[in-house]
Amino acid sequence: MQNKFITKNPSVLLFLLGLSLFTVVVSICSEAAGTSLISTSFLKTLGKTLCLCLVAVAMDVVWGYCGILSLGHFAFFGIGGYAIGMWLMYDRTKTIVVASLENNIMPATPDEITDAIGSQIFGVVGSSDFPLIWAFSHSLTLQLAAVVIVPGLLALVFGWLAFRSRVTGVYLSILTQAMTLALSLYFFQNDTGLRGNNGLSGLQNIPGLEAKSQATLSLWFFWASALALAAGYLLFAWMTSGKFGSVIRAIRDNEARVRFLGYHVESYKLFIFTVTAMVAGVAGALYYPQAGIINPAEIAPIASIYLAVWVAIGGRGRLYGAVIGAAVVSLMSSWFTGGSAPDINLGVYVVKWTDWWLVLLGLTFVAVTLFFPKGIGGLFDRLSRKGEQT
Amino acid sequence: MRSALIALILMICSAPAAVAQTLQPILQTHAVEIAKPSRRSVGEALNTITRSGVPQATAFLEQWSKKNIWQRDDGVFLIGVADGDILTLTDVDTQATFSAPKSNYKRLKPNGGVRRLIGTALVQFQLIDPDLSRREAAVASIARRPEAAQLNPLLTSIDAETDPALKVRKIQLANFLSALFAKDPADRIAAINILSTDTSIESRAVLNQILSVKSGVADTQPKGNIAAIHNPMDAPDTYYAALVNEGLAPAKQTAADIKRALEFNIVNGRIAGFSLALMNDPDTRETAYAVLAANGLVPALITDDLRNTALNEHVFYDLYDEPNVDITAVAKTALGSVTSRVATAQVADLTLDALSLASIFFLAAIGLAITFGVMGVINMAHGEFIMMGAYTGYVVQLFVPNYTMSLIIALPLAFAVTFGAGVVMERLVIRRLYHRPLETLLATFGISIALQQIAKNIFGTQARPLTSPDWLAGAWVFNDVIQISHIRIAIFVLALMFLGLIIYILKRTRLGLEVRAVTQNSGMASSMGIDPDRINMMTFGLGSGIAGIAGVAIGLYAKVTSEMGSDYIVQSFMTVVVGGVGNVWGTLAGATMIGFGQKGIEWLNPSNTLAAQTYMILFVILFIQFRPKGIVAQKGRAAGD
Repeated sequence: MQNKFITKNPSVLLFLLGLSLFTVVVSICSEAAGTSLISTSFLKTLGKTLCLCLVAVAMDVVWGYCGILSLGHFAFFGIGGYAIGMWLMYDRTKTIVVASLENNIMPATPDEITDAIGSQIFGVVGSSDFPLIWAFSHSLTLQLAAVVIVPGLLALVFGWLAFRSRVTGVYLSILTQAMTLALSLYFFQNDTGLRGNNGLSGLQNIPGLEAKSQATLSLWFFWASALALAAGYLLFAWMTSGKFGSVIRAIRDNEARVRFLGYHVESYKLFIFTVTAMVAGVAGALYYPQAGIINPAEIAPIASIYLAVWVAIGGRGRLYGAVIGAAVVSLMSSWFTGGSAPDINLGVYVVKWTDWWLVLLGLTFVAVTLFFPKGIGGLFDRLSRKGEQT
Repeated sequence: MRSALIALILMICSAPAAVAQTLQPILQTHAVEIAKPSRRSVGEALNTITRSGVPQATAFLEQWSKKNIWQRDDGVFLIGVADGDILTLTDVDTQATFSAPKSNYKRLKPNGGVRRLIGTALVQFQLIDPDLSRREAAVASIARRPEAAQLNPLLTSIDAETDPALKVRKIQLANFLSALFAKDPADRIAAINILSTDTSIESRAVLNQILSVKSGVADTQPKGNIAAIHNPMDAPDTYYAALVNEGLAPAKQTAADIKRALEFNIVNGRIAGFSLALMNDPDTRETAYAVLAANGLVPALITDDLRNTALNEHVFYDLYDEPNVDITAVAKTALGSVTSRVATAQVADLTLDALSLASIFFLAAIGLAITFGVMGVINMAHGEFIMMGAYTGYVVQLFVPNYTMSLIIALPLAFAVTFGAGVVMERLVIRRLYHRPLETLLATFGISIALQQIAKNIFGTQARPLTSPDWLAGAWVFNDVIQISHIRIAIFVLALMFLGLIIYILKRTRLGLEVRAVTQNSGMASSMGIDPDRINMMTFGLGSGIAGIAGVAIGLYAKVTSEMGSDYIVQSFMTVVVGGVGNVWGTLAGATMIGFGQKGIEWLNPSNTLAAQTYMILFVILFIQFRPKGIVAQKGRAAGD
């Protein structure tokens, strides 16, 4: 069975081989391995990029394969980050608070510890009480479950409402965008209990692993991200390959006809929407400990649109296209906006890439949509077709 | 009620003024009190001076309170200004001036209390001063610091008042003063009853002043005009704190107090026999404290039971400052009636706010209603067209300093600029993507980020002002509660104009006919000789141009930034979708619903606009479930399915 799947989809094997090769090379070059060819901060960027690739793959499945242009998947990504961030922040603050209370004459009561943690975490929004949504923040297991369950549940409820009333096409896109906007506005409020626009910070410090250096931790997170990407890629490749995949693609191409054939289209769409949201949550949970900070601006509608941009540039309807798009565009973005790209002197005007990169990206995107609807992935098609001809 | 007031005025006016033309003799009859005034003795002298009706009295009182009155050896009072040892003196009656050495004169130095009395006496002269501005100043000073003594002069001055506006104000102020200070309770009640229809902040302040209370606590209920008796069990800790404040009970220990007391009593690493390690349990802490208290080392723990017993032994009351029960009762009724009137006015004000928000949404969405609603083209760069319009207005203001003129130039120019941008975009991008709506969404989004960044590169990241002309700067004030700024009225009017214009173009012009034909059946329209390419281009240009004009209007009301478009884009799409695609009336309905909904939620949860937006979006998402085609749904073949 597995062999049949691999032989049918040689690109999966190629991708996994490439990914493992990349992981091994990066690991050897990392500071933790002693060679220090790649700095820890760049290792983190690479690890984050792998997480972005994972969420892009999920986006590709929901959009490229199922035809639902969701402008809300980055919100699920952010929710995953918040879910793990709550535990990270709680547990680390607890360690600090307990350490500082140890100098007291009397041992602290549980209430005193909770109050001290509360005022540490929520002091910035003028509060010291734990809001209800932090009820499980003491438990890593429960928060890890929340990474998957909360985005999944949100996607399930939203998708059920939307698909049930046959909202499709651009209407669905606008509705998902509205959902994202509502969510980010909700997170921006101080009384939501997620520290308003301060967000959660200090997430790069992993409780219980204080002894490990950031170099080691980054490498571990890089491995975890690579593993997650491989697993997610395999899962989606398998999902989109068989009969199920055919139905999904058929829904994309002509929803009404699939319905007439007797398939319950809504269930298929809802399943895809929910599963991809869960994977996006996992990607977020791996991304934000590497980024170190999360705030509501991360889940603003624009982020989800960028996600669509990556997938479109990489080439939708093929999983490796999404990976290429996310990796190329996000790495180029950080290269251009980081100020390391050389300025172009036109004589009358100096083009500073920090200012003009977004213009270039926007116009590239228009050009890709107009002239290369298959994106970068389309180049592979041409190559392989050429190969067949010769 | 008015008649009661007039009766009051007549009653007070009936005392005839004594006629005397010279001031000095009057002053001499009270020479001792004037020379060495005290707050008690000066009253009689002031009364005589004010009642005399001598015109020179005003000047004398003013100079007196400024410490410019000098007394000669023979007792005569003169107005004088000292310059070294020489005095420049003015006779109080003849106004003749002369100089004299200082040695024969003594300066009068009334203290602060006396000067205040002089000031009050002066007010009645100022109230009938021939100069309008001085009368207005006097009225304003009474309004700032109402005092009982000002009531009679104010009432006396009303009849002679020639300025109608000031007369109304005087009557209103006299009513406030009689409500507060009139001697006869019946007069006060009559005045208070008049206040019950007045929603102004001043009137509410007067009523609240009459109803001011002092909270207190005692063993038994005190005598007097009791406003309320509280049940301390409603908020036991707060009331207990009041008890502690009054020194009627010992303070209740907090967890921190207990901790401090325990730490203070550590003996050989143990507290009351308990080892320190056990102290991480609050119950153990309390037990240890009880043991310490039993040994007399710390004050006894105030438990909840002890607290409640103490609370039940006392009466917590609010006592009116006003002793008369009838007056407080009438004032309370009046305040109740005022409050309900204010609430009604607030609803009206909220409605105005909601209307203005709705017209802003409508303005932002109306262009979209054409491009998205009528043509079915989704344009994510619509917000950036709004931004372009606003920046056009800003640039015009840089060149044309006259704000009215620049606005007149900016409106058509903004239309032209965004019309052009829309046409270019349609020709280059959108035309190639008809029937691929998702890709149109993405391509126009690409244009949107590019335009936004270009604007940022040209104009910088900080907000640029778009100043409105003076005639738009004020606000239309209906009363203290209901008011609306002229800008918002202008936006409302502009929205209505656009509604009319669009309806007219679509329903009554050749272009509108062709637009509708192309929308309904492009192939058939083109076989009738209509060029669908041209029509699509024109329609898209029209929608974009209107976005530009909306941008100028929104820029006047909010700040102009490169990101202003993205603030409106989601809301605009929701407005169109909620209203019903393909129908301008639907957009109006959608904007009205969202505007009113958002203001309504804001009213339920004040000072939290973010929450209002959040819940409004959730509401819209749910609304789409029940009416997927919007409020005004298209029927038949035009609906496209």
